[in-house]
Amino acid sequence: MKSTLDHAALAEEFNKDEERVDWHDGALWWIRQKRDRSAHQTPQWEELREAASAIKSNVISNLHDYLIQFEENLKKNGVKVYWAADAEEHNQIVYSILKAKEIKQMVKSKSMLTEECHLNEFLEERGIEVINSDLGEYIQQIDNEPPSHIVLPCIHKRKEEIGELFHEHLGTEKGLSDPTLLTRVARKHLRNVFLTRRAALTGVNFAVAETGEYVVCTNEGNADMGAHLSEVQIASMGLEKIIPERKHLGVFLRLLARSAIGQPITIYSSHYKKPRPGQEMHLILVDKGRSNLLARPDFRESLKCIKCGGCMNTCPVYRKSGGLSYHNTISGPIGAILAPNLDMKQHADLPFASTLCGSCSNVCPVKIPIHEQLYKWRQEIVKQGYSANRKTFSMKAMALTLSSPEIYKTAGKTGRWLLNNAPFAINNKFNPWYKQRDMPDSSQQSFGEWYAKNGSKK
Amino acid sequence: MNIGLFIPCYVNQLYPNAAIATMELLQKFGADVSYPSKQTCCGQPMANSGYEHLTQSCNDLFVENFSGFDYIVAPSASCVLHVKDHLHSHADEAAATEIRGKIYELVEFLTDVLKIEKLDAHFPHKVGIHQSCHGLRGLHLAQMSELVAPDFSKPRHLLNMVSGLELTELDRVDECCGFGGLFCIAEEAVSVKMGKDRITDHTKHGAEYITSPDLSCLMHMEGILQRNKSKVKIIHIAEILNSSSIRA
Amino acid sequence: MAAVKKNQPALSALPDITVFNVHEADVVKKYSEVFAGIGGLLVSAGSLENVKDHIIKDFDQGKRILSTLPKLTDVAELADADADPHTLEDVELAIIEARMAVAENGAVWLTEDVMGHRVLPYIAQHLAVIVREDSIVSTMHDAYAKIASEDYGFGGFIGGPSKTADIEQALVLGAHGPLSMTVYLIK
Repeated sequence: MKSTLDHAALAEEFNKDEERVDWHDGALWWIRQKRDRSAHQTPQWEELREAASAIKSNVISNLHDYLIQFEENLKKNGVKVYWAADAEEHNQIVYSILKAKEIKQMVKSKSMLTEECHLNEFLEERGIEVINSDLGEYIQQIDNEPPSHIVLPCIHKRKEEIGELFHEHLGTEKGLSDPTLLTRVARKHLRNVFLTRRAALTGVNFAVAETGEYVVCTNEGNADMGAHLSEVQIASMGLEKIIPERKHLGVFLRLLARSAIGQPITIYSSHYKKPRPGQEMHLILVDKGRSNLLARPDFRESLKCIKCGGCMNTCPVYRKSGGLSYHNTISGPIGAILAPNLDMKQHADLPFASTLCGSCSNVCPVKIPIHEQLYKWRQEIVKQGYSANRKTFSMKAMALTLSSPEIYKTAGKTGRWLLNNAPFAINNKFNPWYKQRDMPDSSQQSFGEWYAKNGSKK
Repeated sequence: MNIGLFIPCYVNQLYPNAAIATMELLQKFGADVSYPSKQTCCGQPMANSGYEHLTQSCNDLFVENFSGFDYIVAPSASCVLHVKDHLHSHADEAAATEIRGKIYELVEFLTDVLKIEKLDAHFPHKVGIHQSCHGLRGLHLAQMSELVAPDFSKPRHLLNMVSGLELTELDRVDECCGFGGLFCIAEEAVSVKMGKDRITDHTKHGAEYITSPDLSCLMHMEGILQRNKSKVKIIHIAEILNSSSIRA
Repeated sequence: MAAVKKNQPALSALPDITVFNVHEADVVKKYSEVFAGIGGLLVSAGSLENVKDHIIKDFDQGKRILSTLPKLTDVAELADADADPHTLEDVELAIIEARMAVAENGAVWLTEDVMGHRVLPYIAQHLAVIVREDSIVSTMHDAYAKIASEDYGFGGFIGGPSKTADIEQALVLGAHGPLSMTVYLIK
């Protein structure tokens, strides 16, 4: 019985519109190809990935000291520092910062962490309006839908659908769907937002322990527009965003945009260090499951992730099922290995939403062995009892059959006999294989039988 | 040399010709091939479903069947990969370790161990290569398209030795077909879509046959091909390489 | 935090990143190609005098043009670092001199001391950046070697006009930052 929150059920729904699947799949594959082109144009590309992986390994092995160092430097720079164990604490901190200045409106640039914390809803409930300024995030916000991809939030939407949303919310002409014109309308509307909001919140792409600065990468310039016009600037970051030294930014900034979208660098890579005179800067360090993940030797490498989204672009399952079918803020392959740590019950299906093809691990700029972790999560999920009883029963039956040559031979023979003589027993609507595929031909004797007759004579 | 032939469960039951071709091919190169009759499976379907802890007795049976050969060869990349990565035995770990070092998938055995340079094979058809993910990213039978690294392909190297054969191209050389073991049932919609897309990629480039070192991928694509009454056929690479005496 | 200390694995060493030292033979050429390739407008002006001529020719003098270079006061208003950033809302063109530029990705590096106000390079409708040819480096590694441990309050790499492809992957130049970016190369 599939629940509506199950990847397989949501993916099946998504696949009902094959034309849309082809379009979504093609768009993301094109981005994967751009990534390939830019990787091939970068000398020492594989060595660069290895270096990034090694730097991040060092970070997670020394995270405590780097965080202490980072905090000290932030304070020296005049930035106020907060620690949040979970989403609730994080949201409360943001709220209290705004409340202290009697701020009722905030502009936000892209932060997957704040999406995970459901910050917007939390603040709205307390009378604070939040507007997402990244165009894709803005579109998702006005449609009341979460982003489907961490870098390309509305990759699943057609321009006509976006045009319809703009018509409804921004008063554009009905039927207008030209991307340039729609973007110009959004520019004008959001420019006014930047100019009138006293508070801006950004995410953090990289936080430098050595200097206390943090880097925010965008193509649109929205983080900078919000931050530099604000009185109060807040940055929310996951603990794992730390890198040791400023010079390491060279490695990561060379890899990030190429791995994500095949661009040599994001248009804006802004290094925030100290507040402007008269401005307040706040930074919140958020745990939310990260220290837990650190404790798991099999899974801690996923903390190296720099949120490029490259794994999503290459994953055929993601491309053909859409990010929203993963029912988690972070979707795709990386989502499938991060989510079970946060809530194994809710996300037990995700590591199974994969064929373990391994493409993701090859594009990952920090070389997280994603497909290996998917396999290991499956073992963990079954061990913790989150697998359906039905499945456990049939697996035990399989284990018995495969460890006994006699039972195995009988089972094989029976299966073939059924296929040959009573196809209706297998070719029916209870057999998912049979829905869109014919059964394999079973007319011949098995190899074992053939060998018994002929093989040993040769 | 003596070779223990490992024939995966579904190949044994449903694609015996591929097994026969594998055996004949190895014998052509002078090997003494035997088929331990008590073999069953490598345990992969259970392990990939999260039940690795149930595979102990299956593993022990494998070790029992396959100890004592110079090499173990199988016409299945995914099964060989699984054994290489996951075969352990509480009863006899030393034997398990030895097996992991001696087990080969057919293509890599021909190119890396036997190092064959020519084949007496004839297959006058247009053939598309399906790179099974386990063969590709697991056993490195060819270069992976994601990596910035020199191109190579062991299946292609062998198929180039077959007279009359024309290799067809692909838009996406190594996208997964969507079989994925139990994935093909548990995520039927996506699985079939992935299979359909692979087939379309082959057919638009004119392939008459789709071949692979992995019959699980081929079985999945064959199901779709036959449902759609396609003229395109699947064939395991062993049968092409052994094609001077292909069984009707 | 105690959890972090307890849970982290054994220390693993940092890699040596000095191995990434591929250098372009002709950084100016490479920079020009890359910058133009990402939608930037590149002008080999040669000198600040020529830049002035270009500004007059290419931009509407009736609109508000701001610059942080005292030598350009003929063609632009001098930016006031203490101004309220909101008063920069109507700036049509901002002209700034970069600290350096990076050939591999076409980006310029600006720090707040050359921006006038932090918001200026982002809020202007159009951005013009003056780049001295001898300040162009090959890669980001070279850039950070040059930045070294400089203490700025804010700095940014800017790699072209603002853009988005969020609507059906159609590239649109001009999202929230400037609609265009021109780089004037001078000797």
